[in-house]
Amino acid sequence: MNALVGTYCGHCGRAEAAGDHDACAERLRMEPPRFCTHCHRRMTVQVTPTSWTARCVEHGTTTNP
Amino acid sequence: MSTVAHETEQTGAPEDRDILSVAREQVLERGVPLNETQILAVMRTSDESLTALLGLAHEVRMKWCGPEVEVEGIVSIKTGGCPEDCHFCSQSGQFTSPVRSLWLNIPELVKAAEQTAATGATEFCIVAAVRGPDERLMTQMREGVAAIKAAVDIEVAASLGMLSQAQVDDLVDMGIHRYNHNLEAARSFFPKVVTTHTWEERWETCEMVRASGMELCCGCLVGMGETVEQRAELAAQLGALQPDEVPLNFLNPRPGTPFGDLPLMESSEALRTIAAFRLALPRTILRYAGGRELTLGDLGTREGLLGGINAVIVGNYLTTLGRDPEEDLALLADLKMPIKALSSSL
Repeated sequence: MNALVGTYCGHCGRAEAAGDHDACAERLRMEPPRFCTHCHRRMTVQVTPTSWTARCVEHGTTTNP
Repeated sequence: MSTVAHETEQTGAPEDRDILSVAREQVLERGVPLNETQILAVMRTSDESLTALLGLAHEVRMKWCGPEVEVEGIVSIKTGGCPEDCHFCSQSGQFTSPVRSLWLNIPELVKAAEQTAATGATEFCIVAAVRGPDERLMTQMREGVAAIKAAVDIEVAASLGMLSQAQVDDLVDMGIHRYNHNLEAARSFFPKVVTTHTWEERWETCEMVRASGMELCCGCLVGMGETVEQRAELAAQLGALQPDEVPLNFLNPRPGTPFGDLPLMESSEALRTIAAFRLALPRTILRYAGGRELTLGDLGTREGLLGGINAVIVGNYLTTLGRDPEEDLALLADLKMPIKALSSSL
């Protein structure tokens, strides 16, 4: 499941429909998502030198595209 | 005298010309670091003199360190949940940061080392968000370092917080050749940054590491609201410690931390800081670390490499992302700066 596209913002965890997330999108260019976009749970995120992996306990694992 | 220095004499402010002239004779020609008063004078030079200052710092780097650039990758073996309250850090368990705690297993640690080596890096640093290592972490390190050394041709460094003498000895036995423990801030500013441990405790760990035979990597973070005087104080304190490497971080304000709303450092100020640190530490590895992408951008990154920097962290950081390694390697090739080979660091 793709955790980068969904109902919630992967950066701030708020609803995508609630306000402007342009700044969040900009930050996500330089950091991995911290919130699941499907349920806005905080994810466990492992960053490695050339990739990252984010895991939501409900919606599974996403890696960098 | 170089063309750049000559231009400064024509255009720079008189006080800028004075300190650059002193630095040229003292640091470039004789290899004697600037003292705190002199570093402060460099940090107070005008934007008009910045090009000349960076040019001089580059000459110093080339003369006393050479053209090679040391490339390193880093990974977090234990993320988040740290009991300390470093106000810049998203991994402190004391703030409402979105970073959650997790451990990296050994197969993934080895994979990260392989990723790093594939970029051409000679150094792989394993970092943990802890006050100091407990037995669980030391065991994980012992097994992880052995697994890396069996699989990957790369130097292994570590950053595990404050150490006891027994832990220093254990790390030496594991074959850790460089240990990172940052001062982070000047002694006079440190209580504004951290309250759960002291600057002196950090210094003590650094001294133990240096005495152990491991190389000492000790850096800092600038742009946390310190004064220029405190930045000069910090450079002088690092000079007194004489680390083998100084990683220079620029604050990347993290959501939920006490410094989360601070502005980014001005790029000209960041470049002046790089040059001043080079003049304070003429023979030290001066490494670009976190925050450079945001603070300096592509152009500033290039200018810093031509202004005293001679090492980079390639790829991602501990919790944030860096530039594509290919971009940095292409930039180094464009600047005709060879990557330091593994054989020359052994």
